[in-house]
Amino acid sequence: MNLLPAFQCHRPATLEEAVRLKAASASARFVGGGTDLLVNLRRGLGDPAALIDLTAVADLATIRRDGDELWLGAAVTLAGLARHPEVLAAYPALAEAALAVAGPTHREAATLGGNLCQDTRCIFYNQSEWWRQANGYCRKYEGDKCHVVLKNDRCYATYHGDIAPVLMVLCADCVVFGPDGVRRLNIAGLYREIGSDHLTLAPGEVLAAVVLPPAPKGRRAGYAKVRIRDAIDFPLAGVAAALTRDGDVIGELKVAITGSNSAPLAIATDVLSGRAWNDETAPILAQSLRKQASVLRTTVVGASYRRRVMQAVARRLVDTLWQQD
Amino acid sequence: MKTILTLTLNGRARTDLVPDNMLLLDYLREQVGLTGTKQGCDGGECGACTVLVDDQPRLACSTLAVQMQGRRVETVEGLAKGGRMSRLQQQFHEKLGAQCGFCTPGMIMAAEALLRRNPDPGREEIKAALAGNLCRCTGYVKIVESVEAAAGGAGQ
Repeated sequence: MNLLPAFQCHRPATLEEAVRLKAASASARFVGGGTDLLVNLRRGLGDPAALIDLTAVADLATIRRDGDELWLGAAVTLAGLARHPEVLAAYPALAEAALAVAGPTHREAATLGGNLCQDTRCIFYNQSEWWRQANGYCRKYEGDKCHVVLKNDRCYATYHGDIAPVLMVLCADCVVFGPDGVRRLNIAGLYREIGSDHLTLAPGEVLAAVVLPPAPKGRRAGYAKVRIRDAIDFPLAGVAAALTRDGDVIGELKVAITGSNSAPLAIATDVLSGRAWNDETAPILAQSLRKQASVLRTTVVGASYRRRVMQAVARRLVDTLWQQD
Repeated sequence: MKTILTLTLNGRARTDLVPDNMLLLDYLREQVGLTGTKQGCDGGECGACTVLVDDQPRLACSTLAVQMQGRRVETVEGLAKGGRMSRLQQQFHEKLGAQCGFCTPGMIMAAEALLRRNPDPGREEIKAALAGNLCRCTGYVKIVESVEAAAGGAGQ
């Protein structure tokens, strides 16, 4: 590990001040718990002139109810999210996903906003300076060549966040604060399929909150994650699903995945509505996953295993939700 | 760039001038001289540098010192009172939970956080709380037994 670059660290008390500080320095980065960013900076991945620590902005660290919506501040820690009574009562799948992130000590520091905005990962990127240099760097940082996909049309680094797919199936929105005011968009709108530029946030914008709509009656949701060490690792494959049963058939099924593409991905499941979930219909979901997921050689575990295990855990997750009372 | 950092460290108020880009781990080890907190993987993967911040476990290798402004930080050196080991430390000693000793400060601080939150945890809760702490002697049995032995009377 390298020494950290010589940045200045600001600790603003308000979001307005945070955005003002960002506008003053093009290379400044926002930081929450630091479990993603600081580790990357020590590998030489980035050289910001300033860090803007959002954990001192008191408003961002709260969870509050606004009418029938639940607002989660971006600086709420994952541990705080996983033990919040309203989250546990109405959105247990979100608590489940938060508890599946890294280890217990990371979750005490890591924030919701930091998790959603975490950097994409790749075996050619998350390496030491000398390793990347020996390889001629890569398109994601300091280089111009993608070592994963040789046609080299973009960076294919993979998004491995656990929370985003769950928020997608729960139909959550996020609130973005910037120099030009506030905008609200759905979670999927926060991402795009470019590994080196996977967030749609404009320069100077910051993710301020996540808004959860009321949970529909009878909806069951869950998150399934496959990793090398169950206690700590990033997902090799992650599947979130939310299911509403309409008697003996599916009322609505939403599925989103992580660990496959450069952005978390909603899977097309419309054709399953109105049909029962069984051995005949389950392959339809597997086919959608095969069609949409684009698993590549971005982790030490082979792509074909990750493709197959994603279909297997998706089947098992929907089986469980289908049978839940 | 430097910042004046005021915090409570092992129960005592302190003020230091620290570089903005200094990690909590380097502040503790190099500036304060508390070398009980270990530098292991140095990348947030092994838990050897676990300290307590306002009673919660934190990785000192991926936390900036300046983020500790106004916080209460405790290291393994803060557990013994009047030269006597805490009950948890004593049990690590008696049940041979220390093994080679390198991961021990992190294990003890992660276990201390658990025992403060839940003084009487079961074996599964202990394993879950220590999930982010790696031992490369590859023996977790003695470590879990040490925490079990200390459960029910932490901090005494």
